[in-house]
Amino acid sequence: MDIPYTVEHRPDTGIYNAKLGIWLFLASEVMLFGGLFSAYILLRVGADQGMWPHGWLDVRLGTVNTLLLALSAITTLLAWAACKVRDFGKFKFFHACTILLALTFLGIKSYEYHDKWIHYEIQLTSGNFADGHLVEKSKNFDLAKKTGTVTLHGRMVEDRRELMDLRTPSAQAAKLDEITIAAADIRKMENYGPKHNTFTAIYFTLTGLHALHILGGTLVIFYLWAFGKTMWRRDPERFTNRIEVSGLFWHFVDLVWIFLFPVLYLT
Amino acid sequence: MINMSESEQPVSLKSCIRLCAVVFLVVVCTTSAMIATSFSHLGEGWTLKVALILAIAVVNAFLVAGHLMHLLSEKKLVYAVLAFTVFFFIGLMGLTVWATNGFPPGTVFH
Repeated sequence: MDIPYTVEHRPDTGIYNAKLGIWLFLASEVMLFGGLFSAYILLRVGADQGMWPHGWLDVRLGTVNTLLLALSAITTLLAWAACKVRDFGKFKFFHACTILLALTFLGIKSYEYHDKWIHYEIQLTSGNFADGHLVEKSKNFDLAKKTGTVTLHGRMVEDRRELMDLRTPSAQAAKLDEITIAAADIRKMENYGPKHNTFTAIYFTLTGLHALHILGGTLVIFYLWAFGKTMWRRDPERFTNRIEVSGLFWHFVDLVWIFLFPVLYLT
Repeated sequence: MINMSESEQPVSLKSCIRLCAVVFLVVVCTTSAMIATSFSHLGEGWTLKVALILAIAVVNAFLVAGHLMHLLSEKKLVYAVLAFTVFFFIGLMGLTVWATNGFPPGTVFH
């Protein structure tokens, strides 16, 4: 069975079906991410004065990821252009670059997630707060039984608000030390995972969903890169259209990051 | 006259690479501008900074959508789909801003 309008344009729409399909899909994606951005705005505006985190994310890593995605968007466009001029070798090269850039992006994102996972905030029975990265837990560490110790590389503060804005001069100047805390002195211990506060919740939700889109897009691009030769030989124009459609999705993913980066890392 | 979108016009790899180099350069500049704005001292509070940073992000997004997604020369139907999307997106954000200070009766503030 022949699927109609995979190459030639439909007379009523003026474009081939897959292109209309991807634009409709992207429209639904805008609303999906729009809903989450809306949630972000409400959470941020609703946060108490001085309780919305600033400077919790590494701007350097975010910048590198921004440039990686921009480069991958460019190699995607070049892969499509290579198909248009019927140069399959260059297509393979440019899309291999796209896949590598995407995997590097995901690698950096995983590193950032891991960094948050081993970052702990500990409320002590004295009322003070210890904050830092986990160095080690003693073998007999058990928070419920109040046995053992935990060691963090970080600092102690009296007011939790001091942990919120890491861009203040005092936070920048803070000296980090190794702090060993007995389980008996701990009232509450929590890492910077999604349930830590509303910022980490929306951060993991937004970037997690975005990372899933990157992963999905990478799988599709990899499939076209690895198994596309047969279709390329049989129907190069149809294959080129597939590359264009996957490219449109990839550019959309880049567009989402263009807003995620400033919203989460810079503001 | 045949109405061709940018993606249907004859493509030259060289001109594509030139365009991509310009786009990447502008992306680097806009990203740097966003970071510089974020770390600058523009008065008290974050409102002005957020507005500026988002304005730069919109320029960045326009560049990617316009040139890399060929949105500067697409078919009317694609524009129609996008017009609906923009309409509903503005509605969504409008509702969000409208609801920002609306709390149900009985809400307790700590």
